Order: sequence, then C-alpha cells, then structure tokens
Amino acid sequence: METRTIAGKSVSFTEDGYMSDMHEWNEDIAKELAKEENIELDDLHWKVLGFLREKQAAGVSLTIRSVGKSGIVDIKGFYTLFPGGPLKLSTKIAGLPKPASCV
Amino acid sequence: MKKIIILGAGTAGTIMLNKLRKALPRDEWTITIIDQHRTHYYQPGFLFIPFGIYNREDVIKPKADFFPPGVNVIFDETDKIHPEESSILMKDGTVHKYDYLIIATGTQTRPEETPGLKGDLWYKEIFDFYTIEGAMALREYFKRWEGGHLVMNIAEVPYKCPVAPLEFVFLADDYFTKIGIRNKVKISYVTPMSGAFTKPRATKMLSGLLEEKNIDVIPDFYLESVDNEKKVIRSYDEREISFDVLTIVPVNMGSEIIERSNMGDDLFFVPTDKHTLRSEQYENIFVLGDAANIPTSKAGSVAHFAADILFENLLSAIEGRELHAKFDGHANCYIETGGGKGSLIDFNYETEPLPGTFPLPGIGPFGLLKNTRMNHYGKVMFRWIYWHILLKGKEMPIDPLMSMAGKCKNC
Ligand SMILES: Cc1cc2nc3c(=O)[nH]c(=O)nc-3n(C[C@H](O)[C@H](O)[C@H](O)COP(=O)(O)OP(=O)(O)OC[C@H]3O[C@@H](n4cnc5c(N)ncnc54)[C@H](O)[C@@H]3O)c2cc1C
Repeated sequence: METRTIAGKSVSFTEDGYMSDMHEWNEDIAKELAKEENIELDDLHWKVLGFLREKQAAGVSLTIRSVGKSGIVDIKGFYTLFPGGPLKLSTKIAGLPKPASCV
Repeated sequence: MKKIIILGAGTAGTIMLNKLRKALPRDEWTITIIDQHRTHYYQPGFLFIPFGIYNREDVIKPKADFFPPGVNVIFDETDKIHPEESSILMKDGTVHKYDYLIIATGTQTRPEETPGLKGDLWYKEIFDFYTIEGAMALREYFKRWEGGHLVMNIAEVPYKCPVAPLEFVFLADDYFTKIGIRNKVKISYVTPMSGAFTKPRATKMLSGLLEEKNIDVIPDFYLESVDNEKKVIRSYDEREISFDVLTIVPVNMGSEIIERSNMGDDLFFVPTDKHTLRSEQYENIFVLGDAANIPTSKAGSVAHFAADILFENLLSAIEGRELHAKFDGHANCYIETGGGKGSLIDFNYETEPLPGTFPLPGIGPFGLLKNTRMNHYGKVMFRWIYWHILLKGKEMPIDPLMSMAGKCKNC
C-alpha cells in the first residue's frame, strides 16, 4: 500500500498502482491519473469511466466486451480512447480495483 | 404437493438434487431435474485427454447414475423460463410449474462468437479442450505433431476453471519433453489479462514456473479474430500472433435458455446475490454453479461449497425465514504443474490465494501456492472424490466457507 497526494487529496494505492478505495475517487483525481497515462479525458472517456464505476458498484465483473456493448463505444473505439490496455487503463483512471483473475 | 425444479443436471444441479431429496419429505415435495443431455462429463478430466493421460471412458458416466430415488427426471429440450408465471416451457410445448427453481445450467463455450475461429482449421489445427470432442481431436493431433508453435489463447473472461489453460501449458511442456520433441516446440500463453498470474502472492510464488518451463507469456491480448489462411490470431489493437497449432478457450457464455428467457447479463450469466445465491430479480429462483454471475471462479469446487449455502437459504425461504447463510465465494483448486507435481489455491471474494498449508483431516496437509507431489495426488484423487462424494452431495471434511487456518498473510 502506498499513499500519494493527488489533486490536493491524499489517496492510497495498491502495489499494482490501482486505487485502494473507489470511494476516495473524484473527477480531479481522474484527470491527474489520466495525465500520468498521457490521456486527456474528453466526453467519451468520462462516459466510459462512469459506466465502469456504475458496473463495479453493482458488483458486476468488468470486461472489454461489456464496454463494447454499452452503447458508448465499440471495442475498437475503446482501444482508441485508452490505447494499449483499455480495461487496465480505464479502471485505473476510474479509481477501481485491478481487473484480475483468481490467481 | 409443492414443486422444486432443478434446471441443469451437471455438477451443481446433481449436488443440489441429492441434498434436497434427502432433506425434503417426499409426501410434500416433488423434485424434478431437467437436462437435455444424458451423459455426465467429468470436465476437469478433459485437461488430461490431449496428453493421453485420461481416455474418454475416464470422464463419462450416465447422469442418471447419480440421481437419488424418488425424483422426477426429464431428459428433453427446454425452450424458456417464464419467471413471472413460475414455469418452464419445453420445446414440445409442455409446461412445468414450480414453487422454487434452481438454475444450474452452467456455462458453455461459444466459438462462433469469434470471427474465423470455427473456420477451415477448426479441429484440424485449432482446438479447444473444454469439450470432449475438442479434447479427443487434440489427442489425435498431438499423436502425429512433430513440433512448431503451440499457442494457448484465452478469448474472453470470465471462463470456467481459470487455471485450466495454465495447467494445459504446463502439461504440454511435460508431454513434449517426455516424447523428446520439446526443443522443437515453442509454447506461448496468450491472455487478455495483464499476466498469467494477476494476484500479488500467486504471481510471486508461481510465475517463476513459466520461465523455468520456457513458456512465453503474452499479456493484454484481446482476441478479435482468427485468420485461417495466414494462421494468425489478431487482437483488437491489431497485433498478430502466428501459430502452428492453436489451443483456445473460446468465449464462455451462459446457457441459451437464459438468453432466450432474457434473464442474463451481457454474457448470459444470471444476476445473482453473491451472498444469498438468490436471483436478484425473482424471490423463488436460486442460482448455483457457473450459471451465476457471482464474482468468484467458475469451478466445481465453488458449486460444491455454494451448494451448502444455497441449501440453507432455500430451506429458510420455504419456511418464510430470512436468508441467513452467506456465501463467501470460497474456491479451492488444484493446479497441475507437470512432472507429477501440482499446486493448490484456496481463496474467496475477499482473500486472494495465500501461501501456507491447507489442512485436510485424514489426508493433508497440502501446500498452498507451493509446487509439490502431494498436491498432484490431490488432483488425481479429486476425480474419485468427484464421482463418489461430491456429486452425491455427501459431507466432505472441508468447510464451505474459507478458513484462514494454515494460511500466511505476510509471506
Ligand atoms: C477443462 C476443464 C477443467 C476443469 N478443471 C476443474 C478443476 O480442476 N476443479 C474444479 O473445481 N472445476 C474444474 N472445472 C470446472 C467445472 O467442471 C465446472 O465449474 C462445473 O462443472 C460447473 O458445474 P455446473 O453444474 O454449474 O455446470 P455444468 O457441470 O457444466 O452443468 C450444466 C448442465 O446444464 C445443462 N444445461 C444447459 N443448458 C440447459 C438447458 N437449457 N436446459 C436444461 N439443461 C441445460 C447442461 O447440459 C449441463 O448438464 C473444469 C472445467 C473444464 C472445462
């Protein structure tokens, strides 16, 4: 566990660099985290982040496919928004736990 | 007479059938189990078939052998669940009413979800080992194969038994070493996840095994399509990996009846309360096993542990009490690592797999996240336990809820 000050708030992170508590998150923190990944957040990014946070709060496992079916972007579009590892990057910026398998 | 229907006679449905028939008086409750197939597959055994360790006969038995007396059995095709009317419509138009329904329809592979996967090379140079047909076809192929690039790819998460593809590459390494062609075989493990292992302790304890066995890991690869002509798999971000033989875990989805009945999420898993195991939408429907969308592994061991909780809660529901039993997502999986060794993980919703020992009265202890012979025997024994104890809903010396005994938090 590591604590950093982001957007004037003290935020704790796991060893993998994901926020430990999704409730500590706010939009300013998201902007800062996005900047660290060289991403400038636009409307579509925010919609995806909102979608992911909503699903996570409902206890649903997050998948690239479900974002692709969300009506916000298709899978290719999701990759364009968060190049390289869309689910990895978007969950990180959304303040959510790392999408993980059981091991 | 009141009625319970169990939909699906796989691991989960069969366990519940046995538990319920024992507990509920026959003059008050009819229990009906419905499945479209008559054969029970020991799916964990599919893993061993490509390497000639198990044969077809080792993994199949008639489903009916595991049903207790005094239940109704229907082997026929189903059409829809009508939850508002508490009934099930069969393909032939028959309607079966229920007071309580237990959905145990599992998850099936859907290769047709990936463009090109079921193309010209399907079962020629592209195989799954999640079905008996795929496992048998791969067995025949490996008998003749002289080497090249073996690519193990996972198309989508979640999929049942998350450790099975890892075990597959470990066993492949062992098999090609034994038959003397390992130096001609390159093995790649291609996953949509951020690594073969994603949890901190398991990564620390087990990722060395992949290196040791010279297995390449290609993470963050999310499969878009398979090109049969070029023999490559392509990801959404347009990376390509060429293969000589592709073994794949196709997209896993819930049963088509869930899709047709409009009762599932986007992968047709049924929204289920992760603690009570009751459907989130319908008070008289419970969900057991792979069919549920609960955030734990889709595994036989989970179905077994969850069955105890569901059983308690169903009895509570019947008596109009609150559902007090709470499932914790407990899973317990042996991981074959090749060379007659294995590892073991034990975890739940909250606790990642931790190192330590796993006490099992009379048999254990097993080594958690360790690579030992004893763990391999655990896996071998599991088949016997599956057929003789687990399916019959008998007591096992493992608590349904995860225990911290033997586990080490700070190792
Ligand atoms: C290769 C492999 C290795 C595995 N290894 C392990 C392991 O080591 N340990 C472990 O714990 N688990 C392992 N598993 C997972 C385990 O087999 C499953 O998690 C378990 O069988 C799930 O039980 P279930 O009853 O939910 O589903 P299933 O056992 O798959 O049963 C579902 C049943 O529902 C029926 N059905 C589906 N649709 C309908 C319908 N519309 N109407 C009527 N019936 C229907 C099907 O015919 C089937 O009989 C492995 C799986 C595979 C494929």
